Amino acid sequence: MEENKTNLLLIDHYRVLDLTDENGLLCAKILGDLGADVIKIEKPGGDISRRLGPFFHNNIHPEKSLLWFAYNSNKRGITLDFASADGGALLKRLVKSADFLIESFPPGYMSRLGFGYESLKSINPRLIMVSITPFGQEGPHKDWKSSDIVSMATGGFMALVGDDDRPPVRISADQSCLHACSEAAVASLIALHDRHRSGEGQYIDVSIEASMVATTISAIPYWDMSNVILKRSGPYRVGQRGGNKKVPQQWPCKDGSVSYAIWGGQAGAKTNKALVDWIESDGMATHTLLNMDWNCFDLKNVGDDLLNKLEEDIGKFFLSHTKKELYQGAIERRIQLYPIYSIKDIREDPQLQARNFWESVKHDELDAEITYPGAFARNSEVNMKIYRRAPLIGEHNVEIYMGELGLSNDEMRTLRQAGII
Amino acid sequence: MNSNLSGRSRVKRGKSLEGLNILEMAWVLAGPFTGKYFADNGATVVRIESTVRPDLLRVSEPYKDGKAGINRSAMFSFYGSNKLSMALNTKHQRAKEILQRLIKWADVITENFAPGKIEELGMGYEDLRRIRHDIIMLRLSIQGQTGPHSSHPGYGVVAAGLAGITGLTGWPDRIPSTPVAGYTDLILPRFAATMVLAALDYRRRTGKGQCIDATQFEATQQFLIPAILDYTVNDKDMARQGNACPYAAPHNAYQCRGEDRWCVIAVFDDQEWKALCHAMNQDLLVNRPEFSTLLERKNNEVKLDKIINAWTLTQTCEDLVGRLQQAGVPAGAVQNAKDVLADPQLQRVLWRLNHNEIGPVHHLGQAFVFSKVGGEPCSPAPCIGENTEYVCREILEMSDEEFVDLFVSGVFE
Repeated sequence: MEENKTNLLLIDHYRVLDLTDENGLLCAKILGDLGADVIKIEKPGGDISRRLGPFFHNNIHPEKSLLWFAYNSNKRGITLDFASADGGALLKRLVKSADFLIESFPPGYMSRLGFGYESLKSINPRLIMVSITPFGQEGPHKDWKSSDIVSMATGGFMALVGDDDRPPVRISADQSCLHACSEAAVASLIALHDRHRSGEGQYIDVSIEASMVATTISAIPYWDMSNVILKRSGPYRVGQRGGNKKVPQQWPCKDGSVSYAIWGGQAGAKTNKALVDWIESDGMATHTLLNMDWNCFDLKNVGDDLLNKLEEDIGKFFLSHTKKELYQGAIERRIQLYPIYSIKDIREDPQLQARNFWESVKHDELDAEITYPGAFARNSEVNMKIYRRAPLIGEHNVEIYMGELGLSNDEMRTLRQAGII
Repeated sequence: MNSNLSGRSRVKRGKSLEGLNILEMAWVLAGPFTGKYFADNGATVVRIESTVRPDLLRVSEPYKDGKAGINRSAMFSFYGSNKLSMALNTKHQRAKEILQRLIKWADVITENFAPGKIEELGMGYEDLRRIRHDIIMLRLSIQGQTGPHSSHPGYGVVAAGLAGITGLTGWPDRIPSTPVAGYTDLILPRFAATMVLAALDYRRRTGKGQCIDATQFEATQQFLIPAILDYTVNDKDMARQGNACPYAAPHNAYQCRGEDRWCVIAVFDDQEWKALCHAMNQDLLVNRPEFSTLLERKNNEVKLDKIINAWTLTQTCEDLVGRLQQAGVPAGAVQNAKDVLADPQLQRVLWRLNHNEIGPVHHLGQAFVFSKVGGEPCSPAPCIGENTEYVCREILEMSDEEFVDLFVSGVFE
């Protein structure tokens, strides 16, 4: 399969205008990774998300934001103040040949400038316009101020996460807008599918907060069925022994931690038995472990005392090994244990290396080659890769304004001096 | 779709994907959640399920009235709207002929068995291509179809550790917290569904199908790229940091009046800081040297959190959030399931549908709203095998005799 792959892209016939800030960058990147021609439109001087770290060699500079690099590869970049009359006219010209326009301004902002969906539709009825905002375009909270931690809280995630003697926690790396962006990519391509038949585009309103609700897993079913509020339980998991009774999930080991789920049923019996065999061969199996009848083990009926004892006995074994030893041993014995990886561990993981996951991308202006994570998925037809690093500020102004829209040198100079591009 | 009329709701199902046929040989979370995007937007999604070895979600708590039963799990229904369920024992000798006809019918087949299992059923990609040359096969897994760890078993619950999420969840002085049981199961479907839709577009132009290998491990890295670059460029290995944010303070969850009530407050600049102090009736706090700039607030964050928390403890969460938002301070309630269901802002993503056996129950809706309104009302998650006869007669166009013959053979179990 591998050698028959072409360098064609999956969706190379489409143009995307990306007007988003950090809340929306991933959506157009996904479309760019699939081969669409994405033009990132920044305000003159550079997009606001360029001020966000981390930075290349910790050097704080708008051309060195690693967050910018991360979510703008496979895009071209131009600068444009489309709130000005000339800038607005240029945006409208770009919209004419665009298939998608993605934006993340506060609700109503685009309409006030005359770029609401109804106006853009009259220029290009085939346009698919996507808005990604913290709370969506309608409803009592649409104008509320937000940030990642707010969406993680109101979307229902945080109530389920963290130690029970401390405040609920979010994930330390921003997540909520990425959930929304990847949802927005799905919705964009659904609308494209529709357009092939109807010939018309449409408007899509994506809510970051709402995209988090999918991650609440069994919390809403529990409230619905039995008026039980699932609680955060630190390194344990809940919801599988009737409500809030805990099952151990994350375990300390010699040099970090590992994740092992004690399951019941057939699947659980296999992995639990294999684990106990290993503990036994290490000479650490206790009476309790050796006498377990895993075939009859059922999380719903197991008592706290037995579960605590299992936690203690298995926990001692984990503490006597490193996460690498435990993972290697688990692979050999088909035990459902995984290491709790740090970013460094991920970079060194043999599976990702064997699959050639990592990509080296040249940044000539920094005289550097940077290693990026590779494609979000693979397929038998096309090699998906980073074929273009994130754009510099206004890097493709000449290419697009002069080359494609046919502006003259004089016009370019005028617009530049007026601060429009 | 022949769903029961009683189950119909006022929520409209999208019709953008009408005419698209999906065969879902997938279970638990990542596979079915991927299929949901198609089902909710008009595609015909046939789930192949077995009563002999039921989908783990169907036998997961919580059940209606606490009573276990294959059609009584609200966990299954939460992710199961708008699909058709066909009961089929794939190990039965007559299963193959039925599957072959379904493959011919399907534009897309999704599967998330352990790598290698689908080949044992004679349904590897090459097998499928012989039956339908332009088929799109979506294979979902933790670590992929190739590589030394390809066949290592597991679920999303543990995969979140491998993928780097768990290590970044919790407090720096403690073992990581579980980032809900199955977090990466919810990341992969967005990328997988996008891939399938792109593959359909590619097929439209080239006439070619394809096989997609999508993994929880690799998809999740898209949610961590800045942290990864910080390591590959700066050699910095990111650590979990509770609720801290490098460029905001206060930035945490604070306890409010009542039982286990919390709100989050995030202050990024001096203006928001001033507004927060004013809302607290503590204007003097604004210019206290240890809090007067963002850098000072970061340096003295522990002390700052204590002061904020002492205040929030005297307030009810909803009042406080409303007042802070009015003052221009990013804030929100830490909403539990009950709060989420009552939140008017979140109604788009919650569909109350009348399930055949459970009755009215919330299904997960969509975080996006299309301007083109849908057609048919949404259907609830199907009971197991609820649509077997419909699939045989209407989709596979079996005669009465043929259907009865197969039925008697016991293949529909």
